[in-house]
Amino acid sequence: MREFAEIWTYLSRDPLLWLTLTLVAYGIGDALFKASGRRPYVNPVLIAVALLAIALRVSDTPYATYFEGAQFVHFMLGPATVALAVPLYANLPRVRAVVLPMLAALVTGSVVAMASAVAIAAALGVPADILLSLAPKSATAPVALGVSETIGGSPTLTAVLVILTGITGAIVATPLLNLLRIRDWRARGFAVGVASHGIGTARAFQVNETAGAFAGIGMGLNALLTALIAPLLAPWLIALLS
Amino acid sequence: MIGHLTVLLVYQLTGEVISRGLGLPLPGPVIGMALLFLTLLALPRLAEAIMPTTRVLLAHLSLLFVPAGVGVVGHLDTLGTDGAAILTAVVGSTILAMLAAVGAFLLVARAVRSPDA
Repeated sequence: MREFAEIWTYLSRDPLLWLTLTLVAYGIGDALFKASGRRPYVNPVLIAVALLAIALRVSDTPYATYFEGAQFVHFMLGPATVALAVPLYANLPRVRAVVLPMLAALVTGSVVAMASAVAIAAALGVPADILLSLAPKSATAPVALGVSETIGGSPTLTAVLVILTGITGAIVATPLLNLLRIRDWRARGFAVGVASHGIGTARAFQVNETAGAFAGIGMGLNALLTALIAPLLAPWLIALLS
Repeated sequence: MIGHLTVLLVYQLTGEVISRGLGLPLPGPVIGMALLFLTLLALPRLAEAIMPTTRVLLAHLSLLFVPAGVGVVGHLDTLGTDGAAILTAVVGSTILAMLAAVGAFLLVARAVRSPDA
């Protein structure tokens, strides 16, 4: 038993353990996702997050210790975002053909995301200071956090809401858009990227490469639009609706 | 593979420097994506060269959100007593935004009669 304690002392200080477990947990999530016949509600991210949260709780490990290992995975989000330029370039002729539909979808989706989130929460009695953190949640995390801070929200709460939005989008997109019999992968992908940023985009890439490319464009453009309009629009909406 | 990652990192770094240097509201990686896209327009061969790496990276994009997701679990209590109302707003608004975006896309696409993909 003393030997185990010694091994644990090493493991709990080294990034290796939690880096490995992050990949293992995702592997389990992905295997379950495939075994289910790729059902959208068997979401690999959600499964991996749940498994790791349980592991942290059981081993009484603080998140900071976990992140020392997991940061190597987290770090790759930056290069992956840059990499979205490649499917954007590869789909350029298709992108050119739908510039106007994309702009319409961008403005409509972005404004509806913000206004409906604030309106629903306000109607259910959520106080105004929380609405400030809620408004930018459909944008990619760094933009949403920046907007939240600018308008007086809590970036920590916004981070939670951004992730929850992404997972919601990843889970509802396929059943919702199938139900409506929308077969245009450009429209599907773009809408998912606008409404649920990178996590929605990740899901889109699992379903269809064209949808993934358009989701990446939707995410990037909504980051730009949210950064530009949310600091002005969100406080006005909240004053109007709450 | 290492060369391809170097390309991505150089663009991310450049984006980060521009974002911070000019005080832009866009994150560095998004500016890096735009710069890489402009480069690919001028250098189509680069797209073909780095595609094997970018394809693998984007196929596993979900994995990269796991560490942030685990962080969220520890902060779920920040939702506080309004948790159920906030979750309703998150789910409801995400569905509405998706419907609004897909509807606007298809309506305008029909109006300008773009060829279907």
